[in-house]
Amino acid sequence: MKTVMLVLAMISGLQVYGQDALAILNRVDKNMASENRIVESTMIIHGKRTSRTITARSWSVSNLKSFTEYLSPEREKGTKMLKLENQLWIYSPSTDRTIQISGHMLRQSVMGSDLSYEDMMDNRKLTDVYLARVTGNEKIGDRNTVLLELTARVEDVAYYSRKLWVDDERYVPLKEELFAKSGQLLKRTDLSEVRQIQGRWFPTVAIFKDMLKEGDGTEYRITSIKFNQDIPDYIFTKAALKK
Amino acid sequence: MIRFLFKGLIRDKSRSRLPVLVVAIGVMLSVFLHAYITGIMTDMVEQTARFSAGHMKVMTGVYAENADQIPNDLAMLGVGDISEKLKTTFPQMHWAARIKFGGLIDVPDTEGETKSQGAAMGMGLDLLSPDSEEIDRLNLRNSLVRGRLPASPGEILLSDDFAQKLGVGPGEVVTLIGSTMNGSMAFYNFTVSGTLRFGSTAMDRGTVVADIGDVQLALDMQDAAGEIVGFFPQGYYDDDFADPVVQKFYDIFPAGNDEYAPVIRRLRDEESMSLYIDMSAYMGILITAVFMVAMSLVLWNAGLLGGLRRYGEIGLRLAIGEEKGHVYRTMLYESLMIGIAGTIVGTTFGLCFAWILQEYGLNIGEFTKNASAAVMMPNIIRARITVTDYYIGFIPGVLSTLVGTALSGIGIYKRQTAQLFKELEV
Repeated sequence: MKTVMLVLAMISGLQVYGQDALAILNRVDKNMASENRIVESTMIIHGKRTSRTITARSWSVSNLKSFTEYLSPEREKGTKMLKLENQLWIYSPSTDRTIQISGHMLRQSVMGSDLSYEDMMDNRKLTDVYLARVTGNEKIGDRNTVLLELTARVEDVAYYSRKLWVDDERYVPLKEELFAKSGQLLKRTDLSEVRQIQGRWFPTVAIFKDMLKEGDGTEYRITSIKFNQDIPDYIFTKAALKK
Repeated sequence: MIRFLFKGLIRDKSRSRLPVLVVAIGVMLSVFLHAYITGIMTDMVEQTARFSAGHMKVMTGVYAENADQIPNDLAMLGVGDISEKLKTTFPQMHWAARIKFGGLIDVPDTEGETKSQGAAMGMGLDLLSPDSEEIDRLNLRNSLVRGRLPASPGEILLSDDFAQKLGVGPGEVVTLIGSTMNGSMAFYNFTVSGTLRFGSTAMDRGTVVADIGDVQLALDMQDAAGEIVGFFPQGYYDDDFADPVVQKFYDIFPAGNDEYAPVIRRLRDEESMSLYIDMSAYMGILITAVFMVAMSLVLWNAGLLGGLRRYGEIGLRLAIGEEKGHVYRTMLYESLMIGIAGTIVGTTFGLCFAWILQEYGLNIGEFTKNASAAVMMPNIIRARITVTDYYIGFIPGVLSTLVGTALSGIGIYKRQTAQLFKELEV
């Protein structure tokens, strides 16, 4: 009886802990998710030998649909990318071909950055894929954060576990680490320059680092972001790729 | 006396026919085997050199460490200058910049949508320069199955099996989807100019060949290349030639702390190649040695049997006063004549069989279906007749016969003259 009571106490304790984490993730979602958005960005890829700057404009609707047009440099200008749920197409103006990216190609890096196409493809909410629990508090810079540990509860997931540092006042993530099942750290993201945009806190700079890749990471800088705009439906069609 | 012995051998068929036959068969096997092994070894080593490793290969240090991953992000920059320096420093050698790459070949339908797609291993070679030797070096002209070699930028060759699998032929457009030197996804349209059969299953499965200029454009590798391969003027790999090249190379390109500084590797330094090079060099000696031992044992036995059969004859010769040394010497002379005759016959037949295998080859494609590309194994194996094959048979053929007779003939000295008549009464 004593043992049963102890187990029940542990389970109820875990549930409270889980609910806390869930509440935090939901508040993060409120900040980070939107009905749609239009983003102009600059991506600086700090390779081992050179650094390259790529600018792009993208339109997205929730996590399901997005359309990106690369604006510079000259070699990438006019390249367009369309994501519709679980499908991804790239249009290359030099070949005038639209190619669907699938299978092992999804593991390739996006424009040589520290991000893979696979990273872009996961539409699911963190709470649908991971079990979250709060494991502590840490300070990042001058901000207090809550450290969440997320462990996969489904099989088809690119990263088995994650650590997420969430600003405990603004509810935006400030740092994230992604791990393989073996425990090896695969990717790290540092988010900064959190600004209030259209009534929500949003980090405008992210530094992605693929830990298995040499180089100093990829700096993703949002130069303009607009939430909940009128985006015409034709943008999210394959026909728009060739326009 | 030699004429006398020769006549004796001719007239007494039992003394000549079987020993000559034994020597001839042994020598024939020895010559054929030597030509066969030389053919296989040389083909494997040189095919790997021509298609992959060169006799010498220049890469960046980090590229060399990860060469099996074809890390074009670690490729050499300023290849034009490096090539010029190599050509000036080693004018007797032939140097060629190459880019190896992996990717997908995508065939569009009339709407521009993917009709078929397959994974390919690619080689960017100098195909368009008038003084380039790459086409002849890789025997591309004779490997053409359909179409023609690239004559202008934007053209590509596909292995014929791969082209058939994709359902594409000369004149059609395919898109290379690969990865640039910076890691971006690369798209480049090529027109198929022709299809090739390499004769190596690993390569016929999915290889594409394009001009290095196009590959540099496609993969954003201006004035860059994964490797510069060098070939010796004599056309085959030689350690004695390679070692001074390595030494001189580092006088021109000192090895420092820069991991992108060029380094040079010998063919021998390639994975598994050291063993093959040594095997091809020592195979002749090895085969001869093994054969000599085997032949000596066989002929010793044959000599003993012959000695027993000629027991009475030798006894009679000793009994009528012939010296033991004379009898022994005449037997050695006889074996020398048998050895020479057997060797000539055996070498002739061995060379004939080797020539047939050299000209027509033996298709072993069934066994190399899953071969890796680390050491390129040709589908058709051929013997290769070299000068050595004309004389290699004499060493075991004549020497073994002599040794066999010398060993079996020792018994002559053990015969007691006083006992001879008693023995001959039997």
